[in-house]
Amino acid sequence: MSSKTENRVSHPWRDAALPLLTGGFMLAALIMIFFVVPNEKVQGVTQRIFYFHVHLAWMAFGGFGFVAIASAWYLKTGSPRADQLALANAEVGLLFTTLVLVTGAIWARPIWGVWWTWDPRLTMSVVLWAVYAAYIMLRRLGRGDEMITRYAAVLGIVGVLNIPILVLAIRLWRGVHPAVVISEDPEAGLKDPTMIWTLVIAGVAMALLFTWLVSLRARFAAIDDELETLHLEGESR
Amino acid sequence: MNGLDFLGYAYSAVWIAFFVYLITLGRKASRLEEEIRELKK
Repeated sequence: MSSKTENRVSHPWRDAALPLLTGGFMLAALIMIFFVVPNEKVQGVTQRIFYFHVHLAWMAFGGFGFVAIASAWYLKTGSPRADQLALANAEVGLLFTTLVLVTGAIWARPIWGVWWTWDPRLTMSVVLWAVYAAYIMLRRLGRGDEMITRYAAVLGIVGVLNIPILVLAIRLWRGVHPAVVISEDPEAGLKDPTMIWTLVIAGVAMALLFTWLVSLRARFAAIDDELETLHLEGESR
Repeated sequence: MNGLDFLGYAYSAVWIAFFVYLITLGRKASRLEEEIRELKK
């Protein structure tokens, strides 16, 4: 890993393109959501939170997929880079899952009349939050212990089984969570083309933000590891 | 200016502040990586 770090000098994508694209797409999404897109006919202004909420949810679900892939990579190769990526994805995934639950509650209050209900999709989202939190707690408690890191990697792989259940929860069980993109009501849903564009731009912005945050977190994890190695080398001399 | 416009400006301001913070973090990471490279030499 140290030889890779030594070669790492110029990163135009990571240091310039990714931040600029994220900043631009997020600003464009905010302008579309608050100043351009029309109100949805049934839910009114409240529906606008959906442009954030849906993509936060997809990135939170996808984030655990990345945790599982990085964990499998770590178990196979023992690569510290894989381990750092798994933890970085889990931390950003936990943040996004928290925001999904918060934005969902803000939407639910005016639409359902309650902040929370034990709908299958909502319940499975809480389970996802708990799995993310369990993974991070395990990693924090067992800092430096290789066996605990391996246990956490197994949790990272097993925990991904929650994702298909979460995605299919609306179809598997009768819940109250809506399917807003494809609505059975001919008047409701994303009827205006700007709604679709807003959805796409917000989706790209959220995916870029997730990538940027994971990249930053993984870099700081790598720096921590490097400093610890240098510290140990210094002590052994 | 209605409430939605106000919310739009508020969110945009928060995003710009967060964006600047993330840029600062990125620069800090680059500086630390550079220092580690120097230490290794």
